Amino acid sequence: MNKVMSNKLMIAIYVLPALLLIGVLIFIPLALTGYYGLMDWDGIGEMTFIGLDNYVNAIQDSLFWDSAWHSFLLAFFSTLSLAIYLVISLILASKIKGADFLRKIYLVPMLLSSVAIAQLWIKIYNPSNGMLNSILRGFGIDNPPAWLAEPDIVLYAIFIPILWQYAGFYILIYYAALKNIPNSLIEAAKIDGANAIQIAYKIKVPLIMGVIKVTIVLAIVGSLKYFDLIYVMTGGGPNGASEVMASYMYKLAFTSNDFGYGSAIGFLLLIITLIVTVIVRKLTADKEEIQY
Amino acid sequence: MGRIGYFILYVCLAFVAVFQIFPLIWLFMFSLKSNREIFAESPFALPTEFRWENYQKVWDGGIGLYFFNSVWITGLAIVLTILLASMATFAITRMQWKLSSLVLGLFMVGLMIPIHSALIPLFSMFLSVDLIDNPISIVITYTAYNLPITMMILLGFYYTLPREIEEAAIIDGCSIHRLFFRIILPMTMPVMSTTVIINMIYNWNEFVFVNTFISSDKYKTLTVGIQNFIGQYMTDWGAIGATLIISVLPILLAFIFFSNKVVEGISSSAVKG
Repeated sequence: MNKVMSNKLMIAIYVLPALLLIGVLIFIPLALTGYYGLMDWDGIGEMTFIGLDNYVNAIQDSLFWDSAWHSFLLAFFSTLSLAIYLVISLILASKIKGADFLRKIYLVPMLLSSVAIAQLWIKIYNPSNGMLNSILRGFGIDNPPAWLAEPDIVLYAIFIPILWQYAGFYILIYYAALKNIPNSLIEAAKIDGANAIQIAYKIKVPLIMGVIKVTIVLAIVGSLKYFDLIYVMTGGGPNGASEVMASYMYKLAFTSNDFGYGSAIGFLLLIITLIVTVIVRKLTADKEEIQY
Repeated sequence: MGRIGYFILYVCLAFVAVFQIFPLIWLFMFSLKSNREIFAESPFALPTEFRWENYQKVWDGGIGLYFFNSVWITGLAIVLTILLASMATFAITRMQWKLSSLVLGLFMVGLMIPIHSALIPLFSMFLSVDLIDNPISIVITYTAYNLPITMMILLGFYYTLPREIEEAAIIDGCSIHRLFFRIILPMTMPVMSTTVIINMIYNWNEFVFVNTFISSDKYKTLTVGIQNFIGQYMTDWGAIGATLIISVLPILLAFIFFSNKVVEGISSSAVKG
């Protein structure tokens, strides 16, 4: 038995194909990103080693910091919106008839491609024939804005479809966690005279704190990686007002053919994501395990 | 809580449901309209007649080809991913070797990677082996990047399989391949179906790899194809609406028929950002 199940050749046959794929297509490219970042390179011609110049440029590049700032703003909004999702989940999990059906309805936008979502919301935001401005005109607002063309509001306008897309996902996670809370705890609190809001705030939310912390990490790290939706909706415009780190990197490499500098930004994106993940995990680390 | 309280809660929940669904209904409505209806009448008016010819027009105009590409690329990548992930998970959880937990750790690190950081080197690697503008680059990239999440979903199931099955099979003289393909793999059918759903959603909706690696129209998938296509039909809202509906329909149908599997898959993929 043990001899068969520890046959080295068999283990290699079963593990190596998958391991080679992630090695060649995930880990080697990540290392190469850092390496290319040290080069002056247009992607086709000769590479010239220029040391840390690209990284120094990035640190002094206000366009890069603007894009990083936009990414962090989206991360901040996404984290705040978790509170809305949590409230909806608390309502949904409080003996509502049809809760199972409703959470599936909420999930639908999550299944669509970011490209389709972006194209749909371009139409919703269309200044003259879009759904949103028609509603606003119905309420007597004569000159509703051209949402995606205004530098001051474009980032907020982009955040709404993000909210729309991910609502069902977070509600699904919170709902499942809330349904796992033993009924006896809730009943005991009711007997002690607690009302619904006290039960939600003092019992339910603390009990699912572990899950909430996981979703905070997901929301922040996910936001730092946003690309598809923004690339399709605005291409980072108008005038860089909705540029995020990934779209800035993409533009440098595949529009300006500056592969060296683009790689440096890509490497910084990796480092920033990893640092933020570690920090958020540390900040939200469980000091005491909740038992129930 | 009183009846009024519950009524208010239901109104809130219904409002959220409308917010989530109405944009799609609106999309479906304008996909059936003519441009005259779209520009001259209220955006909320029902179509005067259902212009299914919008769908016919975009399908024949190129969407049919993108759709076909999406189907076979998604399908091939699903088969490869699940086969390789199952084999690796089997070796890691069921066979005895020293480095198994280290190797598992490598796969799990793959869950945290921002794909954009690997994009430029991937492009130059594919360029150097002449796989740019070749769908093979897409299929193997999808496979590699979906292996970690697929294995994570499979792991729990593999750990709970009873040892006695393997012991009995091997005492009977069963080879490893026979044990894996004839006994273990069929047993994991329920969890495999969850990974099929998750892989299907990821692959069908993926955009950036195809946008970067593929330039010929004949290899483009729907996500990238509809981008060009919509540029071409800039002001023809009916055509754009029909294109978008066609592109989301397969996933929506999968959701209608297998909604519990989808819910399960999405919950278990929560670790992926």
